[in-house]
Amino acid sequence: MTIRDIFDDMSYGPAPESATEAFDWIARHDGKFGHFINGAFIPAGQGFETRAPATGQVLAQVTQGSAADIEMAVSAARKAQSKWAALPGHRRAQILYALARLVQKHARLLAVLETLDCGKPIRESRDIDLPLVARHFYYHAGLAQLLEAEQPQMGPMGVCAAVIPWNFPLLMLAWKVAPALAAGNTVVLKPAEWTPLTALLFAEISREAGLPKGVLNIVTGDGETGAALVAHPGVDKVAFTGSTGVGRKIRAATAGSGKGLTLELGGKSPYIVFDDADLDSAVEGLVDAIWFNGGQVCCAGSRLLVQEGVAERFHARLKARMDGLRIGDPLDKCIDVGAIIDPEHLARITAMVDACDGQIHRAATDLPAGCYYPPTLITGLSAASPLMQEEVFGPVLVSMTFRTPAEAVELANNTRYGLAASVWTENVNLALDMAPKIRAGVVWINATNLFDAAAGFGGVRESGFGREGGWEGLMAWLRPKVQGKALKPVLPVDAPADPQVEGIDRTAKLYIGGKQARPDGGYSRAVWSPKGRLLGHVGIGNRKDIRNAVEAAHAAKGWASATAHLRAQVIYYIAENLSARADEFADRLRQMTGKDGKAEVEAAIARLFTWAARADKVEGRVKPVPIRGVALAMNEPVGVVGAICPDEAPLLGFVSLMAPLIAMGNRAVLVPSEAFPLAATDFYQVLDTSDLPGGVVNIVTGRHAELAPVLAGHMDLDALWSFSSSDLSARVEAGSTANLKRCWVNHGRATDWTRADGPDFQRAATEVKTVWLPYGE
Amino acid sequence: MSETVSMTTGARAMQVLPQAGHPRNPGMTLDLDWVAAVQANTSAIERRAATLPGRRSVKKDHQAAWLCKAISLIDLTTLSGDDTTGRVQRLCAKARAPVRADLLDRLGMTGLTVGAVCVYHEMVGPAVRALEGSGIPVAAVSTGFPAGLSPFHLRIAEIGESVAAGAQEIDIVISRRHVLTGNWQALYDEMAEMRAACGAAHVKAILATGELGTLRNVARASLVCMMAGADFIKTSTGKEGVNATLPVSLTMIRAIRDYEARTGFRVGYKPAGGISKAKDALVYLSLMRDELGLPWCQPDLFRFGASSLLGDIERQLEHHVSGNYSAGNRHPMG
Repeated sequence: MTIRDIFDDMSYGPAPESATEAFDWIARHDGKFGHFINGAFIPAGQGFETRAPATGQVLAQVTQGSAADIEMAVSAARKAQSKWAALPGHRRAQILYALARLVQKHARLLAVLETLDCGKPIRESRDIDLPLVARHFYYHAGLAQLLEAEQPQMGPMGVCAAVIPWNFPLLMLAWKVAPALAAGNTVVLKPAEWTPLTALLFAEISREAGLPKGVLNIVTGDGETGAALVAHPGVDKVAFTGSTGVGRKIRAATAGSGKGLTLELGGKSPYIVFDDADLDSAVEGLVDAIWFNGGQVCCAGSRLLVQEGVAERFHARLKARMDGLRIGDPLDKCIDVGAIIDPEHLARITAMVDACDGQIHRAATDLPAGCYYPPTLITGLSAASPLMQEEVFGPVLVSMTFRTPAEAVELANNTRYGLAASVWTENVNLALDMAPKIRAGVVWINATNLFDAAAGFGGVRESGFGREGGWEGLMAWLRPKVQGKALKPVLPVDAPADPQVEGIDRTAKLYIGGKQARPDGGYSRAVWSPKGRLLGHVGIGNRKDIRNAVEAAHAAKGWASATAHLRAQVIYYIAENLSARADEFADRLRQMTGKDGKAEVEAAIARLFTWAARADKVEGRVKPVPIRGVALAMNEPVGVVGAICPDEAPLLGFVSLMAPLIAMGNRAVLVPSEAFPLAATDFYQVLDTSDLPGGVVNIVTGRHAELAPVLAGHMDLDALWSFSSSDLSARVEAGSTANLKRCWVNHGRATDWTRADGPDFQRAATEVKTVWLPYGE
Repeated sequence: MSETVSMTTGARAMQVLPQAGHPRNPGMTLDLDWVAAVQANTSAIERRAATLPGRRSVKKDHQAAWLCKAISLIDLTTLSGDDTTGRVQRLCAKARAPVRADLLDRLGMTGLTVGAVCVYHEMVGPAVRALEGSGIPVAAVSTGFPAGLSPFHLRIAEIGESVAAGAQEIDIVISRRHVLTGNWQALYDEMAEMRAACGAAHVKAILATGELGTLRNVARASLVCMMAGADFIKTSTGKEGVNATLPVSLTMIRAIRDYEARTGFRVGYKPAGGISKAKDALVYLSLMRDELGLPWCQPDLFRFGASSLLGDIERQLEHHVSGNYSAGNRHPMG
């Protein structure tokens, strides 16, 4: 082609980024990599090839991590952990700062290697991934510096296992390693089978940062290696980013182990365009939402919801924009969409699209041979269509229309996921009304896929739990320095040989939807005092009672949007009414437990005051993110939460769980102490007289071991807490895989209920939603 | 005024610009609903603009060809109080031969010229004479350029004088106050009358975007000027505090695209002021190519208003040909 030809057709031509340096690095390792354990690469063993998705070219041989390798890595991490944690925060900050600087100094090599190994365009790895990686280490150097002063009660978890995906190999490493190290943990990280190289290069580079041996270990391998790591008894915390399916397995595998767990999973994130939006900007936003990294992004805006009146115009502009996308060699600096990670994944995307019955528009753009899939828009699908519900994890956008903001919210929330959402409108009233209503961990207003280390990222529902970024993210890598002692089961008083029965028969009912209810099963049991006196009967609730209670709690949805002032007032009123009946409750406690109950009642009244006070004082934050705009960290209620109450403090324990839940706007299904249930059943009379809307608090008495699995498996329960004295932690956590509800369990450890009013309760009762709101006219 | 507005679309569509291969924009009745519905989200536009340079890259022969294309799109400009016939003659010589002949020869681009020469009214005559036979049109800035605050009848008359003197293109300035006060009817009437005064000459509407306050105003003013029959919309006089920027360009380009989608007529775009580097020109060209398509990479629909851009491109072209970085003194002055 002559220059004059190009002058006429204005074609782009190739603009390749050189991969020479990256290949040189691989060659220096003879194209073979062992694991990085205890500060050094161990000799390469049996393993597998890692290939460039764009060409299929074998890049290197990587070792398949065995159980023995995991053992070696975890024990190296264990050995290094106490010394690392004992370093002054300032020293850890220095090392994280050095890591940030090293990432910047080696940015181009890391970016090229990333693009080679995972097939994303060099523009993305160079301009997005790498700057975010460096920023994450800088930010967490700061957290390491400040941690001791800001969180003196908290210490590291210990040895942390990080299992990360192939779509952002180095960035996900940064999201795990930076906070883990800042908090004083040591790490064993398993990169994805398809994309191990940048983690290995990072490990090599980390030696120049003064990172002590064993603090960071990398074990390569496939899913089996990951499973072995997650299951290793020496691991104290697991942080996983990846598919919801694997997340479920990890939840099941770690259930009852006492390991901390955060999951960042899949999504089908809505991208909502109102008729008053800047449509061209919204179209451009979609390029960054669904064609960023070829749509192989957990928070990809993959579900377009566009207001009916502008849908036709919007789709036309979108198609024109799609046709202009350039697909091809990811190392080319003039490419918009790179390769699909692996032929196996390409086949999956192809099959999903081929099976759908909508109108398919594939971008009219040159598609090179190889592992590529064209940007695709599918319209005309119904809400029931699999493609509207299932994550494709590819460059495939599905679209539906809506009529009103309320309908947009309904459609947006009509999903099992809850990771992210975009809202496009020029109307600030509408935007700020939509943001809290969408079930998601992140909402972008007139933007998409904005990330920053200072802003929390993470999901709700089956998109996982835990946040990454900000102080809220760091908390998942810490635990209280003081751990509770082992908890002994508290059993009900057995029926005496010589029962004493006096007075008028009193039957405690269940309390569901603001009404007393007989147990569905029609069974009750007697409650005896230690001296053999019959104190009353209590219903034995069953799965249908739980069902009814959860339904009633959902019906009370107005509580979530009630003003904090109102919630505080109601809780003060509960305290006032409890106070008026303090003697009666103290008597009841004494009768059931044989111990004086006055102090517990007084503590319960104080606890109610504490949460009434906090109801309107738990404030969100404005995050200093690097945009002109604000990123709001808004505290939202978790939703409908089940709580199995402790036995050792029948009233105070019950109140200590109920009060934070309702103060933060949740609705609760509470299972009172199994041994001493009558304090809680007496309490519904207090609730009845305190202006608490029906359904906000529901009380189902019964056997903890029977009700726990029902609650754990309930798909419409957003979280479950267990402080039962019988250790149900394993059952609760294992059962929670049904909808991946967040669990907060005692792992058989005692809680000091006289002090149980700390920020941990507030954190468990809230979700942090990050709302990004760029502004400027 | 009313005569212009009532002109039938068909009659005006028949007029074809001297260089253009497409029907001239006849304008349309002012559609205030459309104007009111225009949105421009500044943050989103800025984000798109910020990533543009990173998304496109042209190398080697492609870069050389694109730079030659940029030259062919330059309105080589002198707008100084001290302009003289001699100065303008020198500029016109540069317009005819913008790149050293040996370099053009090596590039296979012999015969390359700039898009036009742009001068004040008094310099139109000298420029027309100096460019005779070259096919390069002369553009005149007009209507009380740059502020546009001289008496309206004189502004209209100025157009006529410049056309009579041989200007084939007239760069008019709009009354910013009409935009700032939302008086779209006044802006439309003014623009329509100026278009009428241009006759067969091709009219570029300078919005002076640096003085319009918001991108939303830029988008609305762009649309109103196109409705009133502008052949081109242009960012700046070069005399405002802020001249052509990528966010402003994206906003105006989107307005052009929207106008074409609804009316079928193509309007040209001219960023002016502040584009002085070859690399900037490449970014603009990829913006035009990607957002509007190939027709907007031709001089009838795209121009750079620039005076120092050419010098940087010349050095880049010599580097392409020789492999060595070049120096300014190796290229003839304009």
